[in-house]
Amino acid sequence: MIGLAHYLLLAGVLFAIAVAGIFINRRNVILLLMCIELMLLAVNFNFVAFSRFLGILDGQVFVFFILTVAAAEAAIGLAILVVLFRQRRSINVEDLDAMKG
Amino acid sequence: MDFAAVCLMIVLAPLAAALVAGLGGRYVGRAGAHTVCIAGVAISFAGSAWILARMLGGAAVFNENVYTWGVSDGLAMNIGFLVDRLSALMMTVVSFVSLAVHVYTIGYMRDDPGYARFFAYISLFTFAMLMLVMSNNFLQLFFGWEGVGLVSYLLIGFWYKRPTAIFANYKAFIVNRIGDFAFIVAIAIIAAYMSSLDYTEVFQRIPRAIGHDLFLTPGEPSKVITVICVGLFIGAMGKSAQVPLHVWLPDSMEGPTPISALIHAATMVTAGIFMVARLSPLFEMSPDALHFIVVIGATTALFMGLLGLVNNDIKRVVAYSTLSQLGYMTAALGAGAYGAGIFHLMTHAFFKALLFLAAGSVIIAMHHEQDMRRMGGLRKYLPVTYWTCLVGALALIGFPGLSGFFSKDIIIEALHHSRTEGAGYAYWCALIGVFVTALYSFRLVFMTFHGRERMDEHTREHLHESPWVVTAPLIALAIPSIAIGWLTVGPVVFGDFFAGALAQAPDGPIVVLGEEFHGPAAFMLHAFGSPAVYLALAGVVAAWYLYLKRPELPDRIAARFSRTYRLLVNKYYFDWFNENVVAAGVRNFGTSLWKRGDETVIDGWLVNGSARAVAALSAAVRHVQSGYLYHYAFAMIIGLSLLLGWLLLRS
Amino acid sequence: MLVAILFWAFSAVLVGAALGVILARNAVHSVLFLVLCFFNAAVLWLLIEAEFLAIVLVLVYVGAVMVLFLFVVMMLDVDIEALREGFARNAPLGALIALIVVVELAYVLWVRRLGVELPGETAPLAQGASNTAEIGAVLYTQYAYPFQLAAMVLLIAIVAAISLTMRRRPGLKAQDVSRQVSVDPAERVRLVSMPPEREP
Repeated sequence: MIGLAHYLLLAGVLFAIAVAGIFINRRNVILLLMCIELMLLAVNFNFVAFSRFLGILDGQVFVFFILTVAAAEAAIGLAILVVLFRQRRSINVEDLDAMKG
Repeated sequence: MDFAAVCLMIVLAPLAAALVAGLGGRYVGRAGAHTVCIAGVAISFAGSAWILARMLGGAAVFNENVYTWGVSDGLAMNIGFLVDRLSALMMTVVSFVSLAVHVYTIGYMRDDPGYARFFAYISLFTFAMLMLVMSNNFLQLFFGWEGVGLVSYLLIGFWYKRPTAIFANYKAFIVNRIGDFAFIVAIAIIAAYMSSLDYTEVFQRIPRAIGHDLFLTPGEPSKVITVICVGLFIGAMGKSAQVPLHVWLPDSMEGPTPISALIHAATMVTAGIFMVARLSPLFEMSPDALHFIVVIGATTALFMGLLGLVNNDIKRVVAYSTLSQLGYMTAALGAGAYGAGIFHLMTHAFFKALLFLAAGSVIIAMHHEQDMRRMGGLRKYLPVTYWTCLVGALALIGFPGLSGFFSKDIIIEALHHSRTEGAGYAYWCALIGVFVTALYSFRLVFMTFHGRERMDEHTREHLHESPWVVTAPLIALAIPSIAIGWLTVGPVVFGDFFAGALAQAPDGPIVVLGEEFHGPAAFMLHAFGSPAVYLALAGVVAAWYLYLKRPELPDRIAARFSRTYRLLVNKYYFDWFNENVVAAGVRNFGTSLWKRGDETVIDGWLVNGSARAVAALSAAVRHVQSGYLYHYAFAMIIGLSLLLGWLLLRS
Repeated sequence: MLVAILFWAFSAVLVGAALGVILARNAVHSVLFLVLCFFNAAVLWLLIEAEFLAIVLVLVYVGAVMVLFLFVVMMLDVDIEALREGFARNAPLGALIALIVVVELAYVLWVRRLGVELPGETAPLAQGASNTAEIGAVLYTQYAYPFQLAAMVLLIAIVAAISLTMRRRPGLKAQDVSRQVSVDPAERVRLVSMPPEREP
């Protein structure tokens, strides 16, 4: 029978894949954004699973808000990306070192 | 009149005078300054004399606090007065000598631009010394102690344009610091063990200190009472110029002559003697400290006297004589004969002040020439000075009947009978010292007043007796120099004059001597049976032979015993040792602290080093801040997993 | 049983799609794999009766956000090969970190068990209850203010995205309505007085 643990582990695997994705695709900003989306999905998985298996509705409400914020984040992130590309003709993260100390 | 008011008046009158003359000297003028100061000191003298009279009349000991300066953890710091016969006697001596010097100064300093300043100093000195003498607690004692030290410093460097005077006043100040350090440490130990600074309470609580040990050096216990007494005495060694802290006193002759008379002969240098006598109940409890005192005193008495033989500066000869006589007093204290020490202090105050002022009179006449080799035959020109000086010299060598005779003979006899360890050594030092004293005293008299006139023509033409303000104090001091011993030896030393004020062991030397004492005349007759008088006469004869009969002989002796002579001329190399070993060592130590400690360690490692370390660390760490977002993200992720791993593995 | 089979099947597809997202050579493929991920996630949520969120995920994420991603990826002329430089070099490290995270989470779940018994079944739903209605009941009462805030966040995101990307190219032949409205006749028309051509 499928229990809470299965869902949590699935979310963990999803999160780990996203982390690995950040390491592997560290030059491509678009892929970084997508990995973040994957991470958020993993988090949402946890919320939904807990909410359903414990019978507490608030988790699902939180997922709702996370989706909202993630959408906003994606919109602004992509907008910044577009502006960046216009300025530099590149989305290579290694070109973005203006914060170097 | 009550005692407290009189006591306050006695100390405050000179202070007020000093303030007026010192701060307002420009407004009151020269005559105003000396009028105010003399009036202030005269008030002190009158008050002191009144108190002394009351004390002799049997008045009770006055011991009262007039002001509480502060209380810390139950330790009261008061200003108060303890007036008994000991302090009454000292007050009278101090204020009398001070008054004489004030008057004398009018003549001596007549042409000096620092006239008002000088009066302010000596009045301030009188104030500090009276505070010291009249104190009823250790803190006020220390205040007065430091006060006289300060004024001494100011006065030795009075002619501050002379480099030698500045050197001398530094020397006096620094040497006194050494003694004062031990002194205040001793006071601190007293406060720690007795929980009081008041004399009476401390004396009552002496048993608290007995039986306790301090570990000054690892593994070697020292008795607390001995540490206290030796510490106090080291303070006295500085102030009373005992070997090896005597080096400042001869140099202090750079100051004006009245100062040499006032401070460096009669009063300040006796502070140490007075202090030991005042605290005699403490010292009686520590035979080890008394042993130390008697050896130091006897050594000073003999070896400083020897230095007087080779010096040619008239004031320095008197200064070495002072050192020697202070040694006698110290030895008397060490022998347990406190009364004898104080008695010698009193007689010495008169005749030594007399000798100094006579020397000053000579110096005035010689137009500030101090070298005795350029004097001679002054008897004709300065009759008053000559006769008073002769009286002083006779009193100093202990000519029978004069004041010094009684006091010195009692000290020698006391040393003979003392049971203090080392008193035997001290006895022989004192006896030989008598001969040496006579020799240098009459060397001074003969070289200055007799023999060939060795000064130049110009000086000779202007030779004349000093004005009355100079000669009057001389005469005023000559009278007690002659008579005071005869008059007071009975009651002061052997009577119960100091009953209660000074500690007295039941089998002490004074008691033993007192049983044999039957009045001054009998004492004199008895003295002819002791070697001291003959030694003194032998000294006079030797001086006559060497300096009048065969004046070329001393040089030949000096050439024959050149090594000894050089040792004496170089003052046993104390100054050489201090300058080249002590001072140089301290300087090297300071330089190494400066170079290594300050520049290398503090500036180099701590100040600049920490800045450099931060810079180096930043230079290394700034590479972490690459500016790449993913580096930061990686740091967060790796840190998260490590933290989670640590949390999991922890329990 | 059927639920378990469905769970394992969709989970496998989900993990495979996620791996596809991070390993695909082409960014467009990555986006499409991500869309697949979301679909699978929605199905898995449906399995535990979270229908509203599953639908929202598909509608909002796949319908809006992922389309936006796709749009941007296709619009930007990205040099993919340059961006994949160091891919092989970073792969082991990424795998290692991922493995550590998975091991730690598994350890927490199965060995430490969080100190509680993890439920094996979903909480029972009330008879005839609607997931959407339940969420709505909570969202519009208890979470009314956060809901408004979320709306504000979206609004600000819209404004921010537009203001960031909007620009006016020189030489663009577009109407400027406000300038048209606020035009001053004195700038456009000049009245001149001149004699008529012919005598009246």
